[in-house]
Amino acid sequence: MRSIINYLKDIFWGVMSLLKGLKVTASYFWRPGAIVTEKYPENRKYLVMFERCKGELIMPHNDKNEHNCISCGICQMSCPNGSIEVIPKTIDTEDGKKKRILDKHIYRLGQCTFCGLCVKNCPTHALAFSTKFEHAVFNKALLIKVLNKPGSQLKKGVEQ
Amino acid sequence: MEEKAKDIITDEQQEYIINIGPQHPSTHGVMRLVVSLKGEFVLNVEPHIGYIHRGIEKMCESLTYPQIIHLTDRMDYLSAHINNEAVCLAVEKALEVDIPDRVKVIRTLMSELTRIQSHELFWASYGMDLGGQTCYFYGLRDREMVLDIFEETTGGRMIVSYNCPGGVMYDLHPNFRKRVKEFIKHFRKVLPEYDDILTNNVIFHGRTVGIGPLPLKEAIAYGITGPSGRASGFSCDVRKHEPYSAYDRVKFNEVLFTEGDSYHRYLARVEEMRESMDIIEQLIDNIPEGPYAVKMKPVIKLPEGEYYQRVETARGELGVFIISDGNKLPYRVKFRTPNFANLSVLNHLVKGFKIADLIAIFGSLDFVIPDIDR
Amino acid sequence: MPFDIYDFTSFTKWIDTSLENAMSPFWTTVTEMAIAGVLFILFYAVVGLFLVYAERKVCAFVQNRLGPNRLGPYGIFQTIADLIKLLFKELIPIKNADRFLFNLAPYIVIIVNFMVLGAIPYAKGLHAIDFNIGIFYIIAVSSMSVIGVLLAGWSSNNKYSLIGAMRSGAQIVSYELSVGLSLITMVIFAGSMQLSVIVEAQRTGWFIFKGHIPAFIAFVIYIIAGTAETNRGPFDLAEAESELTAGYHTEYSGIKFAFFYLAEFINMFIVASIAATIFLGGWMPFHIGTWEGFNRIMDFVPPFIWYLGKTFFVIWVIMLFKWTFPRLRIDQLLTLEWKYLLPINLVNVLIMAFIVLMGWHF
Repeated sequence: MRSIINYLKDIFWGVMSLLKGLKVTASYFWRPGAIVTEKYPENRKYLVMFERCKGELIMPHNDKNEHNCISCGICQMSCPNGSIEVIPKTIDTEDGKKKRILDKHIYRLGQCTFCGLCVKNCPTHALAFSTKFEHAVFNKALLIKVLNKPGSQLKKGVEQ
Repeated sequence: MEEKAKDIITDEQQEYIINIGPQHPSTHGVMRLVVSLKGEFVLNVEPHIGYIHRGIEKMCESLTYPQIIHLTDRMDYLSAHINNEAVCLAVEKALEVDIPDRVKVIRTLMSELTRIQSHELFWASYGMDLGGQTCYFYGLRDREMVLDIFEETTGGRMIVSYNCPGGVMYDLHPNFRKRVKEFIKHFRKVLPEYDDILTNNVIFHGRTVGIGPLPLKEAIAYGITGPSGRASGFSCDVRKHEPYSAYDRVKFNEVLFTEGDSYHRYLARVEEMRESMDIIEQLIDNIPEGPYAVKMKPVIKLPEGEYYQRVETARGELGVFIISDGNKLPYRVKFRTPNFANLSVLNHLVKGFKIADLIAIFGSLDFVIPDIDR
Repeated sequence: MPFDIYDFTSFTKWIDTSLENAMSPFWTTVTEMAIAGVLFILFYAVVGLFLVYAERKVCAFVQNRLGPNRLGPYGIFQTIADLIKLLFKELIPIKNADRFLFNLAPYIVIIVNFMVLGAIPYAKGLHAIDFNIGIFYIIAVSSMSVIGVLLAGWSSNNKYSLIGAMRSGAQIVSYELSVGLSLITMVIFAGSMQLSVIVEAQRTGWFIFKGHIPAFIAFVIYIIAGTAETNRGPFDLAEAESELTAGYHTEYSGIKFAFFYLAEFINMFIVASIAATIFLGGWMPFHIGTWEGFNRIMDFVPPFIWYLGKTFFVIWVIMLFKWTFPRLRIDQLLTLEWKYLLPINLVNVLIMAFIVLMGWHF
């Protein structure tokens, strides 16, 4: 007799537990407000990324096309993957002195692991992360970027 | 391998050998299990690892200490922050730096959030392994909130790279407290749903209760740590026994069971999510003011010697062992990763169970393959 | 009776007589069969495509997702695009496969589907073959689909497929019993195996309400066993994605895979429509006792819509099963059948027979 009661009890509790699970899933079926899907390409226009999002490395330029980079090479040294290469050049200033300025700041996006050490270690805050995250390209060579814009100069007043 | 297969075939019992992996839905990564079956029963399992070996330990020997951290993210990518913390703690221990209270609390908070999101993914993928695919989406849905918190503060979602020797990279985002509270409120509401769908489900009970039991003695012998070890009653929580960061000032229970079967390994993780929420709730309102990092020297050189630091990741005990010869590069770095040790018990557990149980046991040990291979 | 405005009998009769006038009886039969065949192929394709879409939407809503939403409004053309993709895909030949059986298997599954579809009453007069042993025929034919599954698993020369096929064999053979017994319960109640008679008997009330508790138990058991028979939901051991990657159809590609995939959905449709026909009154509208006005309004909904509505309700329930429960293990699956469903079913048949004997039903 006891075994029959246990048998029926088993069935009852088993069915109850299944019904509880069904209740959760069925309740979501009738609650379209809980949908979390983002319609990605459509929502591009109003998509706001978090400001600290590490999309890609950039060198901010102001409206006079000036940047902060003094081509010290600390970012290159602190990069664990060798994705940064700073190519300096020496020019003669007006007062006849020799000066080391930035020629090319090469950034290989394909190698970057977004650890953020370059941005953190930069003494002049010349580097930053942008929130742009759409990096897909058809040609691998396009992933090698030159961060300083053509014709850009060092901002006045940045320590050498 | 061929030799072995020949041995098995000449055996009187004809075995049916199937390869689970390297590409298989339930190995959660590139791992190959050579399973010999008799009917539905598993006779032997031979894990073949190394498909995603990247030589992280060797690479560490050519990187400075701050640079090592970004590699540790990529070992156990689900407890990335805790891995980072382990290296930082080892370096700080070697340099005998005093870490500000704020840093300790921030690290603890982030570690516990990491633990929650890792266990959530475990819950999700375990449900999927057992055939309840909806669990996967509920788990990911709620994990997304933690990832958003991470992204807002650290800039990374899974691979956070938030620690640096001496502190953390940036200060907490002003929204951090608000978002964490929102998440906890939401998560306390959905956890009962998790229980309804999976934990109390009669089919789930049938699939996991009594499957792959691991007695305490064997758990210790195999070095099974983390929730899997605690499910067998092995009190191995580093947070309790050797508190680091701010764990000495929070109250929490070490989740311990004695049964050690798949169900309790699962339950230990679900309970740990609750404990983690308790820890976060204790700390979130009293984050001390202060600097978020100590100013370190530009080139960090560890004094000559050997340093070991262990932390509790979401899967068990992670040990970082650094030998320094006084240079800016370490002489040798060794990671004692929890998954590698936990994998060793797999063959022992699955013998005599069915192939469906193999998936249940494999899932309940919660492997992250890159952590095994490093 | 107002709902006789939707009677298709006169329409089909008219086609029959006009054809008979135009040609010899043999050619009449051939033409009628051709018409029915074409209609069923169309119906099959439309229902299959719709069910694939419905499954994706239902599962998406359960999982807090949107589901297909790219092609057309709400993604309704997604399955058509998928079908075109599958049609163009390469049929990969398998080394060492038993080619004849490998190619035959999907067709067996499909043919079985058609044979069952023909015996289901869709509306009054819209019924291809009205056997006097309709239920018996359906049980007999639908259990043949396991042959296709076994052949597929055996001939693909793949270890996963073989395990999946063997599991499927054990599963379908045992769950046939429950399906049969729960239908027999209702046969006892209705006193006939002819589907049109069974539907007609539900004019005054659906069997699930008329048949007291035994009918309800039979309904629940039928749904569970039917889900198991279609290899779906928590009983998808034959496919068992996380264990056997795709089970018996691992090696199939292109349109042959699509056949298996479609057959699974049509099987579900068949199970649901039998449940709707036998337990929920088929195409009979919903009537409540003596509420004349209410009954009259219900009568104006066409019977085909009633039939589809009930069928899709059952399909929705079966889909919810799949997206809620974890999968059973093979021994638990058999335990559920032999230790729970079968004894309950047998007792249920007894109770039902007793009720009918005493005339305790409405």
